[in-house]
Amino acid sequence: MRMSSKAPKSHMFPIVVKNLSLEINKKILLNNLTCELTAHGITVIMGPNGAGKSLFVRCLHGLTKLTNGGILYGNLPVGAATRGRQSMVFQSPKLLRRSVIENLRFVANLNKKNNQNLLELLKKTELSLLKDQHVSTLSGGEKQRLSLARALVSNPEILFLDEATSSLDPRSVSIIEDLMEEIKLKNVKIILITHDVNQAKRIADDIIFMNNGEIRETRLANDFFADPHSQEAKAFLKGDLII
Amino acid sequence: MRIIKKNLLIIFVLFFQATQVTASDAIILQSTTSTKNSGLYDYLVPLIKEDTGVSINVVAVGTGAAIKNAENCDGDLLLVHDTPKEIRFIDKGFGVQRYNLMYNDFVLVGPKSNPANIKTTDKILKALKKIAETKSLFVSRGDESGTDAKEKSLWNLLNIKVQSMSGTWYRETGSGMGTTLNIAIGMGAYALVDRATWVTFNNRADFEIIVENERILFNQYGLVTINDANCPNINLEKANLVIKWLLSDEGQTRISSYEVKGEILFFSNFNK
Amino acid sequence: MVSLSSLTIACFIGIPLGTVLAIKRFYFRKTLLAIINSLMGLPPVLVGLIVYLYLSRSGPLGWLGILYSPTAMIIAQVILIAPIITALSNQIIEELHEDYRDLFLSLNAKPIQAVIAYIYDSRYSLLTVILAGFGRAISEVGAVIIVGGNIDHLTRVMTTAIALETSKGNLNLALGLGIILLIISLSISLLVMWIKSFSKRYAHV
Repeated sequence: MRMSSKAPKSHMFPIVVKNLSLEINKKILLNNLTCELTAHGITVIMGPNGAGKSLFVRCLHGLTKLTNGGILYGNLPVGAATRGRQSMVFQSPKLLRRSVIENLRFVANLNKKNNQNLLELLKKTELSLLKDQHVSTLSGGEKQRLSLARALVSNPEILFLDEATSSLDPRSVSIIEDLMEEIKLKNVKIILITHDVNQAKRIADDIIFMNNGEIRETRLANDFFADPHSQEAKAFLKGDLII
Repeated sequence: MRIIKKNLLIIFVLFFQATQVTASDAIILQSTTSTKNSGLYDYLVPLIKEDTGVSINVVAVGTGAAIKNAENCDGDLLLVHDTPKEIRFIDKGFGVQRYNLMYNDFVLVGPKSNPANIKTTDKILKALKKIAETKSLFVSRGDESGTDAKEKSLWNLLNIKVQSMSGTWYRETGSGMGTTLNIAIGMGAYALVDRATWVTFNNRADFEIIVENERILFNQYGLVTINDANCPNINLEKANLVIKWLLSDEGQTRISSYEVKGEILFFSNFNK
Repeated sequence: MVSLSSLTIACFIGIPLGTVLAIKRFYFRKTLLAIINSLMGLPPVLVGLIVYLYLSRSGPLGWLGILYSPTAMIIAQVILIAPIITALSNQIIEELHEDYRDLFLSLNAKPIQAVIAYIYDSRYSLLTVILAGFGRAISEVGAVIIVGGNIDHLTRVMTTAIALETSKGNLNLALGLGIILLIISLSISLLVMWIKSFSKRYAHV
């Protein structure tokens, strides 16, 4: 397995995936995945539809039970304990049917250790003016920005984003990308699924390329885009493998 | 205007009284819709409360249902009007003692158009015979109440099998006296009704009494005590106080002096 | 009043039960839901009869001595409206659960925190559910007349009073009572609508 060139810091651990398989209704959806995710930077997971990207991320975050194999975060198996140190932004924004600020407060109140500077998070996601609005009045981009702000309330060590920016307005995309770059500098590990090759080129430090429930490549981003190894990756980057 | 005011008052009283919860110290009197709808209890219950200190909750159903409820021990005292059934109730061990309390009579009511062409001089049996022959509509309680039992016994005397006619010209409502009257009036059908209910009934339309004042239409109300060997939970002591009052000169006079629209509805006849 | 007490009790049973059935997965869940759904259409007279048989002094619970009392009426009404509140709130919470489930798992929210959030966030929909229950409670006559006995000053409620006055032929008074009943239920509906629209406006400022 290829490893990132960056050295892990003391309180951060890479995620180690060993022989991970997932079967639902006797259908193999993830087939014997083994890899290590770097402890820092932005890892982008790419691949055509049905490759198993979302399921893989759900497994990494401990939302879906594995059929086989294991995932270690540091020295802990993934589960409730590790979930508490991670956050996830879902593809469809899963917002509480309340006002913007109440969505942040809800997470803040779940755990008193959480980041209490909610107004600062709203400022960073440019939602300050919408603070007291009900989420049902927000646009798609605003909703996803709020999801990101909420994910950051708990000061996560790892942030998962499942196609969080697909079909959003350009301004929201750039706000979200800027914020990702900012928190990356604070040593937050970001794992992102995207269909947008240009976005991946802009922000990825390394790439995991998946197809048919298997990992095809685990590479540094620059290497991957310059010289994809697998036929599927080549076809994918050319746009021949339909997303 | 005065009626509206009175109605409003009743409505408000109902409102607030529905909230009161004081069941335990009252006795339950299982009785009939005819006595209740006549307003007799609204008149007697406060008097009894004043003289004996006993409050009474009246459950008004048909005589048959009242007796069944009493067999289930769901009453402390029984006041109904079907003497043979009352005696059977005692014979079966559910009751102890039966007293004649009061009486009135049944009347045959029908629409002014009088489709069976019953003459005012006709006796009740002849009138019923005419109804059956002309297949004029007749509405029966059909609920094993005292009125129902009386009416069935009249058809029996005529040897007319009304049960087999049920659903054609002979219609059984299975409801209380007032509901049955409403239905009879709605259909323009004849009905047998106790005089108390008829006098107090306010939705008569063009209905009038067709046949009345016959010995055979005599309607006896009986007071029956419940057997506490069978129902240990009943409040016999208080029930006895009520019985004593009802059968006393005071009680008997009070019953006979209850009037609605200038008519006496019940004639007391204990020891007569 | 009787209807309000039974409504309160039915809500305390129905809403948590509906919520638990929405978010917990267990073996008899589907069966239980089917039973509750069919109980929504329970004929009031049947409920009245069954409660009567239980509370009758010769029945299994006769020693309580509560037949022909407001308590008996409340019991009958709770049996009538609790299934409605359970089934409808279950439906609402289940829909919300589809939305929130992954989020709460991701956030490690405790079950009790999740339940509170579910009920809080669907409070306006639940208000409508409660209204439906209340509607059934105050309009019902078949059950309460059997177990209550329609005793003046004790167990007579609006509907049984209407039935009584109708049987006395006092159609005007019966109609008057009916109009009062209608006004009560109308004003409660309006109040709920007003609360909903007011709170929405407030939330959208």
